[in-house]
Amino acid sequence: MSILVDKNIRLIVQGITGREGTFHTLQAKAYGTNVVGGVTPGKGGSVHEGIPVFNTVLEARQKTGANASVIFVPPPFAADAIMEAADAGIELVVCITEGIPTFDMIKAYHYLSTRKTRLIGPNCPGIISPGKCKIGIMPGSIHREGRVGVISRSGTLTYEAVGQLSSRGIGQSTCIGIGGDPIIGTNFVDALRLFNEDTETAAVVMIGEIGGNAEEVAAEYIQKNLRKPVVGFIAGQTAPPGRRMGHAGAIISGGKGTAADKMKAMTEAGLHVVKSPAEIGEAIAAVLK
Amino acid sequence: MKVHEYQAKVILAKYNVKVPRGEVAYTKEEARDIAKQLGGLVVVKAQIHAGGRGKGGGVKLAKSPEETEDIADKMLGSRLVTHQTGPEGRIVKRVLVEEGLRIKNEYYLGIVIDRAASKPVFMASRAGGMEIEKVAEETPELILKEHIESSPGLTPFQARKLAFGMGLPPLLVNQACGFLMALYKAFEATDASLAEINPFLLTEDEKFYALDAKLNFDDNALYRHPDIKELRDLDEEEPLEIEASKHGLNYIKLEGNVGCMVNGAGLAMATMDIIKLAGGSPANFLDVGGGANAEQVKNAFTIILSDPNVKAVLINIFGGIMRCDIVAQGVVEAAKAIQLKVPVVVRLEGTNVERGQEILRTSGLRLTVAKGMKDAAEKVVTLAKESKDRKTKG
Repeated sequence: MSILVDKNIRLIVQGITGREGTFHTLQAKAYGTNVVGGVTPGKGGSVHEGIPVFNTVLEARQKTGANASVIFVPPPFAADAIMEAADAGIELVVCITEGIPTFDMIKAYHYLSTRKTRLIGPNCPGIISPGKCKIGIMPGSIHREGRVGVISRSGTLTYEAVGQLSSRGIGQSTCIGIGGDPIIGTNFVDALRLFNEDTETAAVVMIGEIGGNAEEVAAEYIQKNLRKPVVGFIAGQTAPPGRRMGHAGAIISGGKGTAADKMKAMTEAGLHVVKSPAEIGEAIAAVLK
Repeated sequence: MKVHEYQAKVILAKYNVKVPRGEVAYTKEEARDIAKQLGGLVVVKAQIHAGGRGKGGGVKLAKSPEETEDIADKMLGSRLVTHQTGPEGRIVKRVLVEEGLRIKNEYYLGIVIDRAASKPVFMASRAGGMEIEKVAEETPELILKEHIESSPGLTPFQARKLAFGMGLPPLLVNQACGFLMALYKAFEATDASLAEINPFLLTEDEKFYALDAKLNFDDNALYRHPDIKELRDLDEEEPLEIEASKHGLNYIKLEGNVGCMVNGAGLAMATMDIIKLAGGSPANFLDVGGGANAEQVKNAFTIILSDPNVKAVLINIFGGIMRCDIVAQGVVEAAKAIQLKVPVVVRLEGTNVERGQEILRTSGLRLTVAKGMKDAAEKVVTLAKESKDRKTKG
């Protein structure tokens, strides 16, 4: 099985006529994702790469029966795009956009809190259930179907971990990039809960990084609730304090959010913590034995 | 983005947050004139983007315009070392000359984004004038917190809870609440990521002031605040980091000798980590972004190699959708264009990886092909060591 996305997804793309939107729509389609429509305000009624385009998300949902949306809208308009999707009743929204102002995201986050919509991201690679459905910018070819769940705050580092798994013949149930921003829709605990309930997921890889305390919270949740082994890695063990390491959320401030603290909390909670990013695949192979 | 204290105070004053009278000076003469205008006792404060200035000798009292001039003369151009600057310190290029105020009590106010709650949190404490991290560690009960909803924002009742909780005299609570409301308004209206008033001062004549002020802004929101964006002080930044940002590269200079060029922030951090585990030390963090075309790789090479400490470079690209042969061609072109002099280890992964490695091997350049991150890190650390030894002997 898988979490959140499978063959039943009917996807629309917000920002479908842009360069990124177009490229990744075609990639998703080629992977087998059911892309039913796109939204670009002002271009409604046209057809882009064989896909019908609508002016609003509501219209797109009504005409196509879409249940998921992926957002490739520029940062100043992305938070509004998230709220529009939620208002239209889209169940799953994946926001790829990097660089959304924090206050915009705070508003969108709380707008969503009273609605049924689940948001993944922003500033994330998206979500993939290998062999079933790909929503996002990750390369489909490196994945294979299987029983390991992957959750990560990063993009290419997730591909690195997935590459290590696949090359050992270990497949993935679902890989979910939760995003590198301070305010995100789905956090580690949300994703862990879903993997815990998924009967086909046997083990989980959790890739965190410096900044915030989401990994510590997740570690506590894992200790109390998880019935499956978890392999953990934290990026930024050598990152200097006070500097933002690429991601808006990757910063050690006031001595808080260090890799050492996170790794300690995760080890104490019973996770299999690896120091080297090259050992993720090996560690999963060991816990699956 | 960070700004100087005097700039933060100008911004806060626009939102009716009460700050002491004062002005910035770039020369000792300007400092003297400002002191003359203010009259009486003044404070001269070094303006650098780092805390702990008082202990480092960057805040001094002056009784006359002449003494102000004297202090400013010594301060301007000097190297100020605080616990936040590192041992190399920062050169002081501007000083703030401010009216001296008679202190009755010092409190603390701060606003940050609480990531776990996904909303701003307003903090207040009666333990002002000290390092708040220390207060949080030793006496966390002295820090009061109110989470703020995006609508309605900070409410008067929340401000009152904080003011009474800090132990302010009841007669002064209304005045303090006005201050807190104004501060929050400034925080939200300017897309700040941090606002800190420490100390939040009560004077002997019972007025509240922002005696010190620290504001950081959300980089992602600067596009809608061109006036704030203009306040960026390039003197406070590493020249190579400024150069990198012009090319859309995310670069942070570090102390080691292994240059790193990686696509993606998480993988870039992980690459630094694995270099350390292999016994080396990373010279930088660098995310070349998703494109990693010849032009970007060339720019990244130029930045990395401008750091004289770099003895070897590790390129770690997880191509994914990007084809490895295209990336390899970019690396070769860039290496030729800049006449590469240090050894470079390249690790590629993704589509057409064999073809990419072949291009690197047959390029005739000092490019070592690695398989996997561990192999890449070990190879580059060895090469950096050899390169360093050669230099020491030669």
